[in-house]
Amino acid sequence: MTSFSHQQSAHCESGVISALLSQRGLKVSEPMAFGLANALAFAYIPVVKLSGQPLIAYRLPPQFIIKGLCKRLGVKVSFRRFKDPIAGAQALDEALDEGQLVGLQTSVYYLPYFPEEMRFHFNAHNLMVYGREGDQYQISDPIFEEPVTVSGKHLNRARFVRGPLAPKGLMYTVESVPESIDYPRVIRAAISRNVKVMLGAPLPIIGVKGIRFLARKIAKLKGSPQEQRLFLGHIVRMQEEIGTGGAGFRFIYASFLQEAAELLSEPELERASEAMTAVGDTWRNFALAVAKQCKQPEAIDHALLAQLLLSCAEGERQLWLDLRTWLQVPKSDSAVASR
Amino acid sequence: MRTDEVPQDNSSTYAGHKKLLYARDQDGTYTQVPSTGWEVEAAATKDAVALYQQLADQALEQVRAGEKSPLFYHMYQCRMDPALLAQVTGLFRWRVKWHFRPKPFRRLSQSLLQRYAEALDISVDQLTQTPDTQ
Repeated sequence: MTSFSHQQSAHCESGVISALLSQRGLKVSEPMAFGLANALAFAYIPVVKLSGQPLIAYRLPPQFIIKGLCKRLGVKVSFRRFKDPIAGAQALDEALDEGQLVGLQTSVYYLPYFPEEMRFHFNAHNLMVYGREGDQYQISDPIFEEPVTVSGKHLNRARFVRGPLAPKGLMYTVESVPESIDYPRVIRAAISRNVKVMLGAPLPIIGVKGIRFLARKIAKLKGSPQEQRLFLGHIVRMQEEIGTGGAGFRFIYASFLQEAAELLSEPELERASEAMTAVGDTWRNFALAVAKQCKQPEAIDHALLAQLLLSCAEGERQLWLDLRTWLQVPKSDSAVASR
Repeated sequence: MRTDEVPQDNSSTYAGHKKLLYARDQDGTYTQVPSTGWEVEAAATKDAVALYQQLADQALEQVRAGEKSPLFYHMYQCRMDPALLAQVTGLFRWRVKWHFRPKPFRRLSQSLLQRYAEALDISVDQLTQTPDTQ
């Protein structure tokens, strides 16, 4: 390993790929990685249950960020999965001996350095291994402030856990990176793709329609007070817990829009960034309202919470419509010239 | 969210760690700000943790009463439900449920016990006992 400095990031997957690329000399910030992978999304899928709660996601499924970003930028990444845990451990050791920085998909539950109350059975966590001393692996986990060490036994356990989103020992290394990035092209392509996810998904459970669907569900929420509290709490956890950057990735995306606005000198994108910030604040207000409603002794005010979610949906719809209009305007020459 | 609005509530769920958030500074430029936690998020997390604790406590009573096998208790103690335990061990759900009965559980082979113990990240000895008999 020539040099590696740990950097904390908000989200594990975008943080890992940003660090992997930076180490190869291609500087891509975390929000830029997230945005260029058109990773922002919303999905509420009641039929898919995780620990008894429906699937609610504020971004694309695991591994889409790395794959989407690398495809868009022309980065070559080698992905390897293993049937045999021993073969997986050997492959990791070999890559480390060659001095490579290795990305891994792991479970959260079996990593001993996670705080006790954060240990849930989530199998799509990402981290990097940058070295090894005997049986102790040096880990750069992007959502922690400092690098950590984990024993081979624990690491292998976390890599080869079964169940939903099983990592199957997935490890990845960056093979080659392009000389430069054609920012005007890739930014437009990424935003265009994201507009389609948020506005044009064929199913009413994805994008802006998905947010409305969830609002309707809240409006007529049934069940015991505890069930209702757990359901609402689940929405908030998915929105705020580890690696969302707050407000379900909305602030990370706003940061991406701001960076893009500067790169392309497009004031329209700066306005979109401000609008996205406002939407993020609405999401935070929703979380705050949920917490308040769950604490008070009276019955939960469903209409109020549903209304807040609907205003999130409306804010996002307007913003994506504006971005769609921006995409339809032909590129200005000044934008192409920069970088 | 402005940088001065980034919550710093010292949540116990973070166990002293900080997480990184993106917020706008005075000039409206996005920067990274470490956060020590947010009460709102902590409340939701604690609720979810408490649910499993409650299920584990109930399960423990049932195990002591001889209605369920220790496996039933350890599953909730490990923050799993029957569906997840079946997936993690690669067994059929009905088989896992069958092993929640005390008698079939006592007759389990060493290799199956090992499989459960590994999934629950405990030893076989721990698996066959409950906290009060340890």
